[in-house]
Amino acid sequence: MAKRNFRVWRGDAKGGEFKEFTVDVGTGMVVLDVLHKIQADEANDLALRWNCKAGKCGSCSMEINGKPRLSCMTRMNSFGPDETITVQPLKTFPVIKDLVTDVSWNYVQNKRIPKFKPRPREADGTHRMYQEDVDRVQEFRKCIECYLCQDTCHVLRDRDGKDTFIGPRFMIRVASLEMHPLDSDDRIPELKKEFGSGMCNITRCCTEVCPEHIGITDNGIIPMKERVVDRFYDPVAILGRKLFGIRRRTKTRSEEGK
Amino acid sequence: MALDASEIQTIEHDVLVIGAGGAGLRAAIECSAQKLSTGVISKSLLGKAHTVMAEGGMAAAMGNVDERDNWKIHFRDTMRGGKFLNVWRMAELHAKQAPERVHELEEWGAVFDRTKEGKISQRNFGGHRHPRLAHVGDRTGLELIRSLQDHGVHQGIDFHMECTALELLKDGDRIAGVLAYWRETGRFVVFRCKAVILCTGGGGKAWKITSNSWEYTGDGIAMAFEAGAELMDMEFTQFHPTGMVWPPSVRGTLVTEGVRGDGGILKNSEGKRFMFGYIPEKFAAETADTVEEANRWLTGDKTARRPPELLTRDEVARSINAEVKAGRGSPHGGVFLDIASRQPADFIKRKLPSMYHQFKELAEVDITTDPMEVGPTLHYFMGGVRVDADSQMSTVPGLFAAGECGAGLHGANRLGGNSLSDLIVFGKLAGTGAADYVRGLSSTPKATDDQIVAGVRRATDILKRDSGTNPYVLHEKLTETMQANVGIIRVKDELEKALHDLEGLKKEAETIKAPGTSQYNPGWHEALSMKSLLITSEIVARAALTREESRGAHTRNDFPGEREEWVKYNVIVKKGANGAVEVEKRERPEPPPRLKEIAYAKIEDLESGKVAGDL
Repeated sequence: MAKRNFRVWRGDAKGGEFKEFTVDVGTGMVVLDVLHKIQADEANDLALRWNCKAGKCGSCSMEINGKPRLSCMTRMNSFGPDETITVQPLKTFPVIKDLVTDVSWNYVQNKRIPKFKPRPREADGTHRMYQEDVDRVQEFRKCIECYLCQDTCHVLRDRDGKDTFIGPRFMIRVASLEMHPLDSDDRIPELKKEFGSGMCNITRCCTEVCPEHIGITDNGIIPMKERVVDRFYDPVAILGRKLFGIRRRTKTRSEEGK
Repeated sequence: MALDASEIQTIEHDVLVIGAGGAGLRAAIECSAQKLSTGVISKSLLGKAHTVMAEGGMAAAMGNVDERDNWKIHFRDTMRGGKFLNVWRMAELHAKQAPERVHELEEWGAVFDRTKEGKISQRNFGGHRHPRLAHVGDRTGLELIRSLQDHGVHQGIDFHMECTALELLKDGDRIAGVLAYWRETGRFVVFRCKAVILCTGGGGKAWKITSNSWEYTGDGIAMAFEAGAELMDMEFTQFHPTGMVWPPSVRGTLVTEGVRGDGGILKNSEGKRFMFGYIPEKFAAETADTVEEANRWLTGDKTARRPPELLTRDEVARSINAEVKAGRGSPHGGVFLDIASRQPADFIKRKLPSMYHQFKELAEVDITTDPMEVGPTLHYFMGGVRVDADSQMSTVPGLFAAGECGAGLHGANRLGGNSLSDLIVFGKLAGTGAADYVRGLSSTPKATDDQIVAGVRRATDILKRDSGTNPYVLHEKLTETMQANVGIIRVKDELEKALHDLEGLKKEAETIKAPGTSQYNPGWHEALSMKSLLITSEIVARAALTREESRGAHTRNDFPGEREEWVKYNVIVKKGANGAVEVEKRERPEPPPRLKEIAYAKIEDLESGKVAGDL
């Protein structure tokens, strides 16, 4: 056991401040363990979210010493022995109380993405897909929706671009559908016109904070941006489509309805 | 101060589903498909329910990896694993319907690992005769919940997140709604509805060492009990053989059975593969008895029998417990689980990525080079609300239950992989059952105001008290007595000790106090969940005291071995006239002859189609 100093932000939408706690820390403890200890012993009403405590559910996201992290996967021995640990809520989303933020905007974005539209099943009533064709999609589907990437994204965090960009989490969700071998929908028009794929300037900060080590930028966002460019800006591809009559949807659903 | 029920927010639905794990989401999707106004409430955010922690896979006899597999063998495995205490009809429905439910998930976007032929791949698991678990690495639960979530949000279901149910409301005998509160504000809300589907999971949080998250406080079990529903098989609590044991802060965290399914072996401190010494008579014919044969099985030799590490969870958990007690445990009181010497590093990282990650980050152990230390952890409730097999309706009209909080499919012990398939099979059936019930109602049930007012008062008293018991301390005390006295090996004196302790804790709970306001106050939330935890704990202890034999997950040191007489009975619990826990030893109905024939058939006859069963 060693005594460690913690600064934990406490407050609500109206404001708040850092409170200091000194806690006995034992072998193998993570930041979430320390917060639970504070909660049980000193501040019963300290608000925070958590569930699985094993990096699988993405509930306990917060900013630890300035970095977006899962508190259940941040070990105390990753800090210097005398380092004070500062814990605060995600900055990109409005605070509800203490370390809990209102992440409902993310659920709204998810619902904007049209649902999976599979091609018909094979004659035997099942689908065939090959592992090498689904590896990339499975990488995106590892996402635990911790929203650390959303929190760190400059467009959402610093430029308050929530009305222009759905953020990295949902860029890779669209990518997981667009690259799905069974999906028969065309998702490129929405990416450009409604989801704001052009807003991302590829700083890769989202990839750096991803606890699942998903190649968000290189494997997801960049290929999606390339498909948008091919569709809307590449004269050769546009000419090819005209000459060979390959019909692809280039309007968004709302435009099609007009 | 007078409390006026009409001032409390009211939301109306045909059906309210409590819980947004696999069963809750599947039930809601079905209700919505049946054109019912459907609401879902969940204590956590959508997509965070405990289903997300399920790792290994979902069992469905599709025969993609071994074509000899079929529903009858899955049914037989489930009955044998459950020590023949399962509800026969539920085990039948489950085995028959699981494959289509899995294909349906694929239709909704799930991306399972594939075979070389492009089919859904299936992995080996304990108690399953053939490779049967559809999976995605070791994060199958996440895939299940995300697929249902992403499909469900487009089906017109109303999701009410971070909303906790407090009690069920009734109109006479019938369900009329649910009293709940919003965690964010602490404000109360009344859901007026015609049917309620409980999908609230189990109550593992009553134990100290558990794989369960904070949500697992037995809410559905306690609410159903309070509403007068019958509960069944509550003595059967599964201790998963492999939880982490080190470091202390992660003690109990699950280590998937997939490690053993993919070749992992258990060793004691002497380096001995001890499971060969624990093969029970009834599984001897189908289990390898030499290391040589077990190794041949791993290389894919279909003539070799399965290694003893893949015996059912109750057997493996007891064996580990015995090794540790005999002084042959690992440094931190577990045993060694070794996959490093069995599979190449890249295979381990590909098939068990989250295990690799979990041990690397939390225990600083590289599982591709070193063994893991593991020991039993409270994982699952086989028992729960007693339901009709086909409709999932409880003994209270309009109250349904599916998934872990329902009883019947698993009997005395659940096979790994039968939980995720349980969720989707019986989640759907509960939805259909609720829809049929709602359509058959001639009038809309209506809860009275006094029920609502009384419920609100009970909850707010906890905040208003000047001083009282710290809810975290009370919870800690509960887990200590349950861990010590209602553990993996049980005995009369200890069970009685637990009941005695519980009486004291119930007294303490009457003066429980949460400081602070009602806005997002975990101390208050914890205090409110103590009621469910205490009711659930008492029911488990009383049921365990009643069953005087050892069967499946329930082991009585004072009554060793299965007793022929006891296979004929279920332990049923319900609320007695005076509010006390009433326990009944109830005779089971005779099984349908065609199912009995399958369950007791020779495996070869089922593989060759000699036993028909469908007739």
